[in-house]
Amino acid sequence: MIDDGTLANHTLTRDEYDLIVKLMNREPNLTELGIFSVMWSEHCGYKSSKVYLKKFPTKGKYLIQGPGENAGVLDIGDGLAVVFKIESHNHPSYIEPYQGAATGVGGILRDIFTMGARPIAVLDSLRFGPLNNLKNRSVAEGVVSGISGYGNSIGVPTVGGEVYFHDCYSQNPLVNACCVGLAKKDRLFFARAEGVGNAVIYVGAKTGRDGIHGATMASAEFSKEAEQKRPNVQAGDPFKEKLLLEACLEAMAKDLVIGIQDMGAAGLTCSTTEMAAKAGTGMEINLDLVPQREDGMNPYEIMLSESQERMLIVTGQDKVKPLQEVFNKWDLEAVVIGKVTDDGQLKAYFHDELVIDIPVKAVVDLCPVYRRPVEVPDFMRKLAKFKLPEMPADLDLNQVFLQLIASPDIADKQWIFRQYDHMVQINTIVLPGADAAVLRLKGLKKGLAITLDGNSRYAYLNPKRGGEIAVAEACRNLACVGATPMGVTNCLNFGNPEKPEIMWQFKEAVEGIARACRQFDIPVTGGNVSLYNETEGQAIMPTPVLGIVGLVDDVATIPSAGFVGQRETIILLGENKEELGGSEYLSLVFDEEKGRAPELDFTLEKSVQEVCRQAIKQKLVRTAHDLSEGGLAVALAECSIKSKKGIGFEVKLNDQIRTDALLFGESQSRIILVAKEKNVGKILALARKMKVKARVIGKTGGKKMIIWHKRKKVIEQPVELVRDVWENSIPGYFKV
Amino acid sequence: MNETMKFGVVVFPGSNCDFDTFHVLQNVMRQETVFLWHKDSDLQNVDCVILPGGFSCGDYLRSGAFARFSPIMAEVQKFAAAGGLVLGICNGFQILLEAGLLPGAMLRNKNLKFICQHVYIKIDNNKTPFSQAGKKNQVLSIPIAHFDGNYYAPPEMLAELERKKQIVFRYCDENGQLTEEANVNGSLHHIAGVVNEQGNVLGMMPHPERASEKILGSADGQVIFQSIIDYLEKKTDSRKKKAGRITRPVVSPLPPHIGNL
Repeated sequence: MIDDGTLANHTLTRDEYDLIVKLMNREPNLTELGIFSVMWSEHCGYKSSKVYLKKFPTKGKYLIQGPGENAGVLDIGDGLAVVFKIESHNHPSYIEPYQGAATGVGGILRDIFTMGARPIAVLDSLRFGPLNNLKNRSVAEGVVSGISGYGNSIGVPTVGGEVYFHDCYSQNPLVNACCVGLAKKDRLFFARAEGVGNAVIYVGAKTGRDGIHGATMASAEFSKEAEQKRPNVQAGDPFKEKLLLEACLEAMAKDLVIGIQDMGAAGLTCSTTEMAAKAGTGMEINLDLVPQREDGMNPYEIMLSESQERMLIVTGQDKVKPLQEVFNKWDLEAVVIGKVTDDGQLKAYFHDELVIDIPVKAVVDLCPVYRRPVEVPDFMRKLAKFKLPEMPADLDLNQVFLQLIASPDIADKQWIFRQYDHMVQINTIVLPGADAAVLRLKGLKKGLAITLDGNSRYAYLNPKRGGEIAVAEACRNLACVGATPMGVTNCLNFGNPEKPEIMWQFKEAVEGIARACRQFDIPVTGGNVSLYNETEGQAIMPTPVLGIVGLVDDVATIPSAGFVGQRETIILLGENKEELGGSEYLSLVFDEEKGRAPELDFTLEKSVQEVCRQAIKQKLVRTAHDLSEGGLAVALAECSIKSKKGIGFEVKLNDQIRTDALLFGESQSRIILVAKEKNVGKILALARKMKVKARVIGKTGGKKMIIWHKRKKVIEQPVELVRDVWENSIPGYFKV
Repeated sequence: MNETMKFGVVVFPGSNCDFDTFHVLQNVMRQETVFLWHKDSDLQNVDCVILPGGFSCGDYLRSGAFARFSPIMAEVQKFAAAGGLVLGICNGFQILLEAGLLPGAMLRNKNLKFICQHVYIKIDNNKTPFSQAGKKNQVLSIPIAHFDGNYYAPPEMLAELERKKQIVFRYCDENGQLTEEANVNGSLHHIAGVVNEQGNVLGMMPHPERASEKILGSADGQVIFQSIIDYLEKKTDSRKKKAGRITRPVVSPLPPHIGNL
């Protein structure tokens, strides 16, 4: 009989245990209990989130493969497919920042190449506590070097992403890694153990005792003893993974693979049971044959180890030898550990004894699903009552402007991405730091645009709107490089779902994302849910992160992110509203994270994006940049800073709204376009046709950034000074 | 005796700029190009061997420390001794140093971080097979991406390198000035690339293959590949020159397979 203590160690409830007994028709042994424990964990089983995730649209014109496989797949024409997914590695990255982040990258790469795609880009969405704290700096430094150490070595460029800082992440940093791969459309591979009698082959690194119960760890809150969980964090070896990548792709090209699944969370347990369950087959394996790094490992440890750089392959008996030859060429092991059976059971032998005999369907498909209670949090009422403070009469707007530029949320992230090899594979044509990263496809006119986006402040004030805006802004980022959004992956980072307030945030955010995806007509192809991002009862702000892939028809049309020439015309698409709720300005100047999240009108948003895309396609645009944190003033400044020669601007505005809201408000659905004089009329006509408000607000030129409001010069700063502040802010924190 | 001109890109386990270099040589420079597997002992009659960037053998112990023991390296040694052209880029440079084919050693970058960015280098010696298509003091924009690129050599060795004009490329600013700021990894004498005394083996930390197409922001890297091609063409007659050119390369977004190795 399994006692309560053992169940608690396996984060299973008594009810769940009773269900296991019923499904198995007997009491499980400890190893079997361990298997259920990881597969039914929140991380693998999605038991709190499943009922809501069903709301996502999962069909679209580019879609080849939606949720349920290792990654989503989109058709980009020319016989090519894009394979992409985002995944979190939050919990391990706090305990052991370098390895946590490194293995996060390793894991998402395997999800991509297990489908037959060559990984061509990685993007990361990171959240840390404020940099003025030593511990936060060391976490940030460790995570960045972990990503750099793994990604650089394996030779997949880290081409973009986003980083934000907030105290709620001090003890719960977020590390979400997204990988994009390229495959031949008719050469995709799936995690299916087809064909009774086929061989089950273990390839890659040996199994050790690292990472046991990693998935379970990621399914509970942290306490003060989090440090003790260090052994639960896996250790990565990017060199091994590079060999594994090349060997797998070569074996696939030589038609030596029938089904394949990586061993990520829950290791051998997950790969064996899932492959069998998806094919409706069973599997019989001999644990003595599993290559082991350490002596004396027992079945429990072998099945639950999360050692990295391993894969499980199913193939015909006649292909075993040639498959082994490929792996041996790359100095890797490929060991037959069992075969596919027809009884729907996973049977494992250890020292000639049957130690596991469980129905795979029960483990994979029958994880209990909960509709947990939801409740609007108390603080929402307080937030709603908030009245915007008056703009102080003596507020020095130039000072505020520089303060915003220096805010690590807005400042230059070069300190981070310079540590990433963002150029290897020589496809990166829009480098990190722009609205979206763009990769060319060698030999073709078209290219791929990828962006990650999420604003937790909006999601905190209004989870549904936060979800909607994350989708809208990601699509807007894509529009700024002329790309049409094709499909979505998402990473939903929240607190403890057993708390009704958190569950409410989750439900609202998912509904917002689902609604926005329907509006933009793009499917959600998969992703990851990371719950229990709480330490000592303190949850993070809800942080949905969206990864959206877009298609650029002709990479030659992509405008620059910075100003290109002097005396060019600056056009603003969209409307300036008096919205300051949830803005960087309000937080920085008034220390308030209150008010209403910005409004979002989908019709307007879509039209603004379409005008931008059309104008780019017609080669009318020299510079395009979307407005986000810091509002209009910051967006203009960024265009100026990113111009090679430090080109300034002079902008004149007459909007009948507060000057601070005009400069720093974060109203949605706005894009800056810069064009040569002769093309301005065409862009304005395009906007009229699409019923988008568009107007000329000024010109580029000079060495200063100047903004007028109602005939008063409200901002005047030399480009060089602003650039200096922007560039030196983040490195300044890390200077010894 | 070679029938045609041919480039060989060595593939070590952990090489990751092999496809990039192959792409530029075959599809941009239009040269016949083959992969050379590190376990092989056959250079397939190539005219120039390129050791590409990456993390050969994981760069465990020291960058390039294990790769030099690969079977192919014995052949590369012989090839170099016979006057064959060998170019080592980034990790390839580190391997050449470990193999003793070039003088000096690499330390960690002075900021103790990996650095990936566009830098400027100037051609200090344009009388080598690797730089002759450029002008002396010409400034090239070529990116770097490395952790261990801080070139070091003892003072006597440095003096000798200077005297024998073995320093081919130096880090500089946009205007060719050797400023401290432009020397991002801290290399002695701003060294970005050195050639051996005989002039047929060059190592450089910047990646010319990453700067050989306009769409990537710079095509300056072509100077290096063009120099090699010009040098080889001069050595052979025009009939062979034509035979060595690929007129219509098939460019695919997916890299070629390394073949039946």
